[in-house]
Amino acid sequence: MIRIEDLNLAHGGTPVLRDINLTIDRGGIIALVGPNGAGKSSLLSLIARLRPLQTGRIFIDGLPVTTTPGRELARRMAILRQDGVFAGRLTVRELVSLGRFPHNQGRSTPQDRARVEEALVQFGVADLAERFLETLSGGQRQRALVAMTFCQGTDYLLLDEPLNNLDMFHARHLMQSLRRMADEEARTAIIVLHDINQAAAYADRIIAMRDGRIASDGTPGEVLTVDTLAAVFGYRMQVTAAAGRPLVLHHL
Amino acid sequence: MTQSVPEPKKAEWRKRITLPRMAAAAALVVLVCLSLLIGADTLSPTQLANDPEALELLLASRLPRTLAALLTGSALAIAGLIMQALVRNRFVEPSTAGTAQSAALGILLMTLVFPAASLGVKMIGATALALLGTSVFMATADRLPVTQPHLVPLFGLVYGGVIGAVVTFVGWQTDLLQFIDIWTSGEFSGVVRGRYEFLWGAGIIVVLSWWIADRLTVLSLGREASIGLGLDYAWTLRLGLLVVSVIAALTVSVVGIIPFVGLVVPNIVSRVIGDNLRASIPCTALAGALLVLGCDIVGRLIRYPYEIPVATVMGVVGALLFLKLIRLRPSHA
Repeated sequence: MIRIEDLNLAHGGTPVLRDINLTIDRGGIIALVGPNGAGKSSLLSLIARLRPLQTGRIFIDGLPVTTTPGRELARRMAILRQDGVFAGRLTVRELVSLGRFPHNQGRSTPQDRARVEEALVQFGVADLAERFLETLSGGQRQRALVAMTFCQGTDYLLLDEPLNNLDMFHARHLMQSLRRMADEEARTAIIVLHDINQAAAYADRIIAMRDGRIASDGTPGEVLTVDTLAAVFGYRMQVTAAAGRPLVLHHL
Repeated sequence: MTQSVPEPKKAEWRKRITLPRMAAAAALVVLVCLSLLIGADTLSPTQLANDPEALELLLASRLPRTLAALLTGSALAIAGLIMQALVRNRFVEPSTAGTAQSAALGILLMTLVFPAASLGVKMIGATALALLGTSVFMATADRLPVTQPHLVPLFGLVYGGVIGAVVTFVGWQTDLLQFIDIWTSGEFSGVVRGRYEFLWGAGIIVVLSWWIADRLTVLSLGREASIGLGLDYAWTLRLGLLVVSVIAALTVSVVGIIPFVGLVVPNIVSRVIGDNLRASIPCTALAGALLVLGCDIVGRLIRYPYEIPVATVMGVVGALLFLKLIRLRPSHA
């Protein structure tokens, strides 16, 4: 369980997050949606202890993020940021293997290697395993990074716009992999998504943010209504249904 | 349950580097033999077998000089490699980022303030100043825009130049310019038994850096990725800084500044085997040792029986290699 209490964050005097209180249970896909600058990525960074807390508290399975050793947290929670990794001349396999670093500190066991191979196959980068990252396309690189994050084998995955650079095939594949992970292993994914229909189709819970506040929080059916979407994104859009899920015609 | 998976193509990985490795080992043997035999007094293998004086020359001068070149070369290459991982910029190394100049300033100040102190004590001062100078460089480099990777080495050159100028100024004012030349222009001609042994410390640090190679690889992914993987980022950064500073202090005090080694060697090795430091640290250390020893031998031969300092030879060879590297890798930094 992730518990966030009275979280506030200001950047140079401008409030970025205001009075966030959240409880996220284990197991499931939680989508963070909202317009640019709503504070989604900041919230994710604070949970992942990439930035210092100003006020408020965050606990991962009861462990406070500020004082728990980094390695202990890294075995429970993995984060994938946008543009957060500067790997150039590492091969895809070397990068994905680093996902096991919190568990083995670089000394791979046969189990670690098996998990790496599994992740390479799962995200369709096994054929690229010996290639250097700098020789890959943006989408291939993104898949390698996702494979590394999965390979960390944590109960919680924090993904900041993981569908960036992915084509439809791989975007759908990633969402389905997350869905399986949540259903079969009761793992938890917290994802910042810009494509609201991906959230509609795959998320168990959608948290909509605006101006650093939580504007709406609930199931896709509860959050994806004309009025709520207008309050969050600032314009009215049609909402229909497809395959038993809401479908937002946000582009019309 | 985990099913058996094929070994991650280790055989292939080995194939990729074994031939160069064999060539490097052969080159090492050849260069060491040449280095032992070449000098103002020629030594031949037959002399060594019969003449005790020749053997003494070998043990007191040629062997220490050869070992010093090998140790210095590997340590400088590793210092460059680690610095590039810390700054995440391929175009920095201790002699172009103020580290070596700060170490020279440190040993100069120690000589002024504690003239009677032993070389070991002076080196502590050199290490301290190298740490300080490099920390200031890193803190400033951190503020430069990421979109302009070439600003970092440019700033480093200016910064190192300014500290170098301070060294010269202080030396001028205190009549120590001759000493300064010893620290700033690297050469091995003064290396004899009893005057190079501190360099074994640099060798030990090279081994230590291999031991922490995986942590340094994670560090090179950047702050956020490091924290995400549970690395103690700040601590590892400081450890890397310490390694670079101690290497700079040891090599500057014993042989003087040798440019370009830390720049060209890690870049060449990275092109061949990549940036996984567990694999690249041994290759980088060996290649650095070969390059410096080779340049020292060339310096002994060009104006035989006179010598050209290794720093001068390396300045030419390194600059040529560096230009070649820039042409090969135009947009990545």
